[in-house]
Amino acid sequence: MAEHQAQSAVMDPLAHQFDDLQQQHEASNFGMWIFLATEVMFFGGMFAGYTIYRHEYFTAFAAGSHLLNWKFGATNTAVLICSSLTMALAVHAAQTGKRKALVTFLILTILLGMAFLGIKFTFEWSRDWNENLIPGELIAGHPFAPQGEILKQLQEAHAGLPQVELFMFFYFALTGFHALHMVVGIGLLTVLTVMAWQGRFSPERFNPVEGSGLYWHFVDIVWIFLFPLLYLIGGIS
Amino acid sequence: MSTTTLEPSIETHVHYLNVSYGIKSWLLTTDHKRIGLLYLASITLMFFVGGSAAVLMRLHLIEPQGGLVEPETYNKLFTMHGIIMVFFFLIPSIPATLGNFLVPMMLGARDLAFPRLNLMSWYLYMIGAIFTLSAIAAGGVDTGWTLYPPYSSAYSHTHVIMAALGIFIAGFSSILTGFNFIVTIHKMRAPGLTWFRLPLFIWAHYATSVIQILGTPVVAVTIALLALERLFHIGLFDPNVGGDPILFQHLFWFYSHPAVYIMILPGMGVMSELITCFSRKRVFGYSFIAFSSVAIAVLSFLVWGHHMFVTGQSVYAGLVFSALSFMVAIPSAIKVFNWMATLYKGSISYDAPMLYALGFVGLFTMGGVTGLFLSSLAVDVHVHDTYFVIAHFHYIMVGGAVMAYLGGIHFWWPKITGRMYPDGWARFAALVIFVGFNLTFFPQYMLGYLGMPRRYAVYPAEFQVLNVMSSAGASILGIGYLIPLIYLTWSMRYGKVAGPNPWKAKGLEWTTPSPPPTENFEETPVVTEEAYNYSAVGEEA
Amino acid sequence: MWSGFPLRPDQASTIAEGFDHLFYFETAVAIFFATFIFGTIFYFAIKYRRRSDDERPPEIEGSLALELTWTLIPSALCAIMFFWASSLYFTNSRPPTRALEVFVIGKQWMWHLQHAEGPREINELHVPVGRPVKLTMTSEDVIHDFFIPAFRVKHDVVPGQYHSIWFEATKTGKYHFFCAQYCGAQHSGMIGWVYVMSEVDYEQWLTGGAKNESMAASGADLYQKLACITCHGTGRAPAFNGIYGKPVKLTDGQTVTADDAYIRESILNPSAKIVEGYTPIMPTFKGQVSEEELLQLIAFIKSLGTEPQKP
Repeated sequence: MAEHQAQSAVMDPLAHQFDDLQQQHEASNFGMWIFLATEVMFFGGMFAGYTIYRHEYFTAFAAGSHLLNWKFGATNTAVLICSSLTMALAVHAAQTGKRKALVTFLILTILLGMAFLGIKFTFEWSRDWNENLIPGELIAGHPFAPQGEILKQLQEAHAGLPQVELFMFFYFALTGFHALHMVVGIGLLTVLTVMAWQGRFSPERFNPVEGSGLYWHFVDIVWIFLFPLLYLIGGIS
Repeated sequence: MSTTTLEPSIETHVHYLNVSYGIKSWLLTTDHKRIGLLYLASITLMFFVGGSAAVLMRLHLIEPQGGLVEPETYNKLFTMHGIIMVFFFLIPSIPATLGNFLVPMMLGARDLAFPRLNLMSWYLYMIGAIFTLSAIAAGGVDTGWTLYPPYSSAYSHTHVIMAALGIFIAGFSSILTGFNFIVTIHKMRAPGLTWFRLPLFIWAHYATSVIQILGTPVVAVTIALLALERLFHIGLFDPNVGGDPILFQHLFWFYSHPAVYIMILPGMGVMSELITCFSRKRVFGYSFIAFSSVAIAVLSFLVWGHHMFVTGQSVYAGLVFSALSFMVAIPSAIKVFNWMATLYKGSISYDAPMLYALGFVGLFTMGGVTGLFLSSLAVDVHVHDTYFVIAHFHYIMVGGAVMAYLGGIHFWWPKITGRMYPDGWARFAALVIFVGFNLTFFPQYMLGYLGMPRRYAVYPAEFQVLNVMSSAGASILGIGYLIPLIYLTWSMRYGKVAGPNPWKAKGLEWTTPSPPPTENFEETPVVTEEAYNYSAVGEEA
Repeated sequence: MWSGFPLRPDQASTIAEGFDHLFYFETAVAIFFATFIFGTIFYFAIKYRRRSDDERPPEIEGSLALELTWTLIPSALCAIMFFWASSLYFTNSRPPTRALEVFVIGKQWMWHLQHAEGPREINELHVPVGRPVKLTMTSEDVIHDFFIPAFRVKHDVVPGQYHSIWFEATKTGKYHFFCAQYCGAQHSGMIGWVYVMSEVDYEQWLTGGAKNESMAASGADLYQKLACITCHGTGRAPAFNGIYGKPVKLTDGQTVTADDAYIRESILNPSAKIVEGYTPIMPTFKGQVSEEELLQLIAFIKSLGTEPQKP
């Protein structure tokens, strides 16, 4: 085992509780899957709430969905799918011990992740803020109060405003928690990039990359569910 | 006895307690045994905080008009009692102390798979506890531990958000514990330790962990939604704008019913260890007990609706939830009968842990059969939200989980500290607790049937006799809990040196010195036999 | 009547006895198993006590026959309880058609009750013996729960929703009712009395005391006062005659029943479910009508019968 470590220049030694690197690798991989099961339940709670209210207030939720611009959502879906690809390539590079490729793909993934957040902030959330579409009194002095064209659009759809507010809440809660996961993911990847730059991964020891990869794909998959549920549910106008 | 003299005495061998000293060596430890002790100290503290609230409540209820405090204060007392006991004592009790200490040892591992996450779990627990305690110190919370909106979201003027934050954070500590156990049990078993050679304690903890990782995130998000609703008036649970307060109850009980099994399943695991050891028998029906734990874990996610038979869910939903709730009774009954059969033709000794174990079986049975009343739709309508429910779940939680916890602590105390406690005192305490418990909670079944609703600060005079009986029992019970605190603390310094295996018990944890070395075993053990092979007990001694 | 040391709450409704039979059955099962298990443990613990320190008991692995026995017998008992309890619950969940109607509004921390005939009560409920009474309940603020132990009925009282329970008292007398869902500071003060009276006394009570018009009549006044009549009486909006309890076809193709909940929603959130053939012109009345007035409007619409009539 000692030679093993010396060969691959792994700086973190085998943790004392494990017998060998394979056991350690299996444990951390399995752990990531268990963690993702927890995450599924976490989002599941909100999805359940969303489903119930959408069933109850179909018209309002469809009208609320029309307030979102599906083109931004679609762009972001594409961005995230690309980032999943670069992430998968990064894991592959780590597996095969290609340090430069690993760093490149990690940086690409980070950039795509930031692009996603950038689109979300600049084109979507900031508009919601300007149009007073943020539910409740989340921001002091900015209660939910659609006006002008948007108000007219909602009234024409015969949507009860409080119910549209509920939709907007689920929109913000779901995309907000998703964005939070993206931020955490970008943080993880940044650390990994630095570590990869320093050459701390090897074909024998790359489970941090693989684990973060699983996490990143999970965050993507959540978005794959969010996009139709939030943007497309009312039909594209 | 011969084994004691052969082993190095407690002062000379290097073990996890004397390997390093100082507060830092504890606060930064990643040793699962030390973390188990950190948890032990913290939950003991929380137990007595929650317990003192209960004592005040029982004192208050001696008089129908309420002898002690204002109704507002009484409401804060039962809320504090509920939140602390459920989230900060019962849920972490056995898994985070005994489980932390024993799971790696029973598996023949040097530690849990993720020791640093394990330490983080304790810190999260402490942060959660500090939030909740400061909510109490700042004036209290009066929503009940169930936090039902719209009362909690719009009408209560107390520190709901701070308490909710505490519960939210403590939830993640529970997730981390379950997460660690699952990975460790899957990936770190000693050579030869196949799934069906695992001690039933491990099976029970495995089932518990599944609930922890799948259920806790749901209550976390539910409580987060409640806090958002309270802070920002979004309308999620507010019927005035189309929100539904009942949705909260569904999400809440989706976790909080399985949470009941987080509390009791580890206790059942402890039972299997205790009963086999003190009757020197292989456990009767190993695979039935093991799979009944899994069955309970699965079914536990499908019965939440039985908390809502009178909230207005459809009659048909009620029927389904009622049928499923009856089904949970079956695996529980299987366990009880198998423990009974294990005693048959055994060699039964009455050491203190065994007294707790026998008490558990009896009290758990009574809690279980009264659960049938609550699963029955028509009966539940009458006894729902009355003292019948209070009595039922205290029989399960206190008569079950706490008895098992104390039994387990007494059983593994020599392993944890290397010393024995005075056996006579321990048996005496077990008896006092048993008597005090029954006197406290049996009258509450009758109160509930007579119609006394729960969470009443003042009550009609006709209920007084039974309430006084209950309060008298509570004072005995309170003293019963103080006795072990005293002699166990005393024994840490003055107790007789125990030796590696004072009970002549089976299981890997008894093959290593007491207290164990930091790495648990001098070399990784190889398992060649099934659990509870007590027929070989004579050969080893 | 509660004096001394009661072992059973009063049996004062038609369902109480059936309930108690089931309760006794379950108690018998519980006592049997508790005794059996306690007894066996004691017996084993004494019979097989450890007699010497190097005793080695025989090895017993398990027995499939025994496992099946103690799986199947409890399962059978559970099945009996399930069917018994569910059939009782099912029967009790449907109120008889010609029940007296009382409307209940819970609010922190008192009970407002109004009889369909008009009389209002606070924390008291007068009912005749031997006639079914249906309570339709809602809350103005938090969740409450209306519980009459002597009648073995209980139901949550949820804001924004109507739930009903019914009972038929069998014994005259005075019985407690409680709020059973924690609702804040004075939760334990939210209790009152049901007075079960003979038919004659009840009629006397109804006619005596303060004169109130019936709830339907109050509703009819509101129908005029709130100007509902300007649309609903002229064909611009659906007429109310004979719609109560009938299916209504909506613009989106769905069909709903014109029950209490639908009428309530249509007043507070008119655009939610539009009747086929009409346009959503109605403004919301949220904040303009109280819970009590809502119930009066519902009583009014209900009084217009369930058969379509010529206006």
